[in-house]
Amino acid sequence: MSTNESQVSVDNVSKVHVSMTGEPLLALLDVTFCVENNEFFSIVGPSGCGKTTLLNLLAGFERPTRGELRVGGELITEPGWQRAVVFQEYALFPWYTVAQNIRYGLRRKRLPENEQRRIVDHYVGLVGLRGFEQRYPRELSGGMRQRVAIARAFVLQPSILLADEAFGHLDEVTAAELRETFLALARECGSTAILITHQLEEAIAVGDRIIVLGKSAKLLADIHVERWDRSNYAVLREAIQSTLQSNVQDSRLVPG
Amino acid sequence: MNPASSRIVAGSGDAAPAAAPRRDAQPFGHERAQRDDAVMQADMAALAASMVPPPPPPWRRALSRVSRLWLLVVFVVAWQLISMYGSAVNPQLEVMMPPPTAVVSAAADLAARGVLLTHILDSLKRVLLAVGAATLLGVPLGLAMGWSRRFRSVVDPVLEFIRPIPPLAWIPLSILWFGIGDLQIVYIIFLAAFFPIVLNSLAGARDVDTYLVRAGLSLGASQRELFATVVLPAALPQIFTGVRIGLGIGWMALVAGELVAAPSGLGYMINNARTLFRSDYILLGMVLIGALGLALDAGMRELTRLTMPWYHGK
Repeated sequence: MSTNESQVSVDNVSKVHVSMTGEPLLALLDVTFCVENNEFFSIVGPSGCGKTTLLNLLAGFERPTRGELRVGGELITEPGWQRAVVFQEYALFPWYTVAQNIRYGLRRKRLPENEQRRIVDHYVGLVGLRGFEQRYPRELSGGMRQRVAIARAFVLQPSILLADEAFGHLDEVTAAELRETFLALARECGSTAILITHQLEEAIAVGDRIIVLGKSAKLLADIHVERWDRSNYAVLREAIQSTLQSNVQDSRLVPG
Repeated sequence: MNPASSRIVAGSGDAAPAAAPRRDAQPFGHERAQRDDAVMQADMAALAASMVPPPPPPWRRALSRVSRLWLLVVFVVAWQLISMYGSAVNPQLEVMMPPPTAVVSAAADLAARGVLLTHILDSLKRVLLAVGAATLLGVPLGLAMGWSRRFRSVVDPVLEFIRPIPPLAWIPLSILWFGIGDLQIVYIIFLAAFFPIVLNSLAGARDVDTYLVRAGLSLGASQRELFATVVLPAALPQIFTGVRIGLGIGWMALVAGELVAAPSGLGYMINNARTLFRSDYILLGMVLIGALGLALDAGMRELTRLTMPWYHGK
């Protein structure tokens, strides 16, 4: 394996959650894949297939029950700014203004004040929030809040960006716009982007690679999108859909 | 890396629908769209400003504020009428329920003798001292319990053992310990105010949104920074609620404590008036307790508004 710091490897990872009633629930079963540096990567699957669990493991919020996850060869043991997260729920700090929210990570890194201000200003412009710097999150619309969250994640120039259904609950136009902003920023920062989504269209539109998780908590497909006919995504979508329905691996969708 | 905006090239600005051309087939970016947005937003702001009706003149606002007190006025007038004309039906009413005017003249009488302010200030001093101490000790304890499950599991049994004992049950023992005086009453009020403050601070710190904690951690916050920048501000509304409840309960405990044993204060004033059959003084004491409690709570709400402009609670 290369020791490139952005490269993510997920090796035979299983995760069991224990429910409130003490019942063990299998969220992920023997999932293995790699993410290459600067790749735009989608994780898709029906709700309850373990997508968010996978993101929590990648972010370091949770530990796997079995197997291991590495970034650049290093075991993921805790959250860190190199793996920024954009949450579906925005997770903006309501007591900070837009500018303060975006600045949060820069303060933690103890960058010089004027440098912090310069970077914040730059990103406020990039995500189109100029004039809203002093507003509180509760004064913003959902789409604007997600812009703040995106800027806040990118100011640190993380090597990996994780987005958990970050656009799924917004209206289509806003979602598409934000997706563009997100990907453009990821390209600018040279970050590897890992997007979790339940929408096949989104996964296909965004990903260089798509992995498909099934209801059985297993990895059903690992798709290199460029190997598919770009002019006809319907074929790919149908293949993924039938895989999800049958819950068995389709040989066309597995690398090799 | 130098974040170079130039790399986000102006594109068509078209929202790419999901199954639309691949991301690398079409340059993304919004520079032009953003410029247009900015112009549009400025226009909209100007338009909005032109549509907002001018604020009403101050006298009008004052009038509207006063007019909201109509129910209180009805209440006082009804009280006055019942006291004045009720005594024709029941002569005892004169002693049992003196009219508001009698309460006002009682206030003037006591104020002229210089005792009223002493009673008020003594009571106020005791409440503020006790609730202040309960806040200083209760908030850190509650936050620590909310933050650390292990700490909570150790402290909780002790707290929950002491909590159900009513503060008033402590009065006999507290007189033995501290004698009759300020310290003893402050102790009773402290006990009353301490638990709501601890429990609310605890709940505030414990129930911090997991996503906010995770956002903080993934943005590089250390545990200490996480506490200062996420847990504490998230718990602040609950802490204020706790202090407000503590203040309310403390005020009740004060009066109860002063009724039983005190050298001064509004509770003492009420009890003393009872032995003298001065029901106008009793009512005055009650009215003052209500008014001061209201004023303290209004002060707390104002403090909440000033310290937490982001908070939309009421």
